Amino acid sequence: MNVFYFSSPSTFYRLAGAMAPWFFGLAVILAVAGLYVGFVQAPTDAVQGEVYRVIFIHVPAAWMSMFIYFVMACYGAVTLSFNTRLAAMMARALAPTGAMFTFVALWTGAFWGRPTWGTYWVWDARLTSELVLLFLYIGFIALANAFEDPRRGDRAAALLALIGVVNLPIIYFSVQWWNTLHQGSSVSFKGTSMHVTMLWGMLLMAFSFWMYAIGAALVRCRNIILDRERRTRWVRAMA
Amino acid sequence: MSGFGWAFARDFTLAWRHPGETLLTLAFFALVASLFPLGVGADPQLLARIGPGVIWVCALLAAFLSLPVLFASDYADGTLEQMVLSPHAMAGWVSGKIAAHWMISGLPLTLLSPLLALQFGLPADAIGVLMAALLLGTPVLSLLGAACAALTLGARGGGTLLALVALPLFVPVLVFGAGAAEAAAAGLSAAPHLSLLGAMLIVAAMGVPFAVAAAIRIAMD
Repeated sequence: MNVFYFSSPSTFYRLAGAMAPWFFGLAVILAVAGLYVGFVQAPTDAVQGEVYRVIFIHVPAAWMSMFIYFVMACYGAVTLSFNTRLAAMMARALAPTGAMFTFVALWTGAFWGRPTWGTYWVWDARLTSELVLLFLYIGFIALANAFEDPRRGDRAAALLALIGVVNLPIIYFSVQWWNTLHQGSSVSFKGTSMHVTMLWGMLLMAFSFWMYAIGAALVRCRNIILDRERRTRWVRAMA
Repeated sequence: MSGFGWAFARDFTLAWRHPGETLLTLAFFALVASLFPLGVGADPQLLARIGPGVIWVCALLAAFLSLPVLFASDYADGTLEQMVLSPHAMAGWVSGKIAAHWMISGLPLTLLSPLLALQFGLPADAIGVLMAALLLGTPVLSLLGAACAALTLGARGGGTLLALVALPLFVPVLVFGAGAAEAAAAGLSAAPHLSLLGAMLIVAAMGVPFAVAAAIRIAMD
């Protein structure tokens, strides 16, 4: 079977409908496991006490905020180079989820910062660039919806996503380039400086968020397809 | 690159014959900068400390103010379409338009900035660094702003949307631009900041005209 079979919105609509519940189910199972590991099994941190447990939400949300933007920019590149409709719809469908994760990362960070750093917010390099990422998401959503012709919005927003992708390395390396308040990463591909149980909790939550993001994007993409194709025969036949 | 020459000459001549807009941008720049001492109090030490940042933010807003007209009037009367159809490479004449925009917004702002810096009581060497940073940074603002102006051509919510799209992209320029003058005022070397601004300028000058060309093509079909 040809892989491009599913690049037609009408066939993808059915595929996405069949796949989305599986991703949501996986997200729930992984979240239950991750929260159990994070809140019951993981030991109390020697320095920070119980407060550190916010990392099981904060770090995966921050990872996803950057990763989703990257995926969105990839869909943007596909949109512009192959002029496909579905890739642009997926980019649009991902943006609100990415903005939500960015907001969650900032919000949980503020609640963690209050007892640990003694302040909700500092103008630290990583915090500032994560805030800029939130505005990039909002700008993407606003630009995509600013045109009468949705295809025009698709392509303008795709180009904006590609320009904004410059911000991702700045966020990722900000804690190494500027030695400000936000601590460096405890996890790398070479190993970790934290307890193994904590790492498992974080990874399980990250995979849970990932699965949720896919599920949410698929559901949102289905809505976008219905909205765009509302005049076609196959949508009318369903109604 | 003959397209660069004529686009630059055309836009510059147009701006020269209607100097009102350029003067308006300059007046806005000076006005907003003078609001800060009124708002935060006239303590000379405080003003000298926040001076570079305030001047940068004002320059950024003033550069942004003149962006909507960069392509909008040409788009509205069909000139832009004729330019797209012309045999010249798009990146060439787009660069010409951006260079002209910088000549009538970024360059006057840079030349006016020492006056404002004196008002804020910045030390002499910090003023030199501030000017150097503005000289390197404002072209980047014009380049990035041009890309956003081209993306929002014909969009609903014009100016506000342009602000939402462009200002986040301006942040790195602001950070390093204001950082350069602050480092100089604190007695540190401003060279790293200026080098990074120069690097941004080179990368933006190489890449952004093509992005602007792509954005104009999107707006045309």
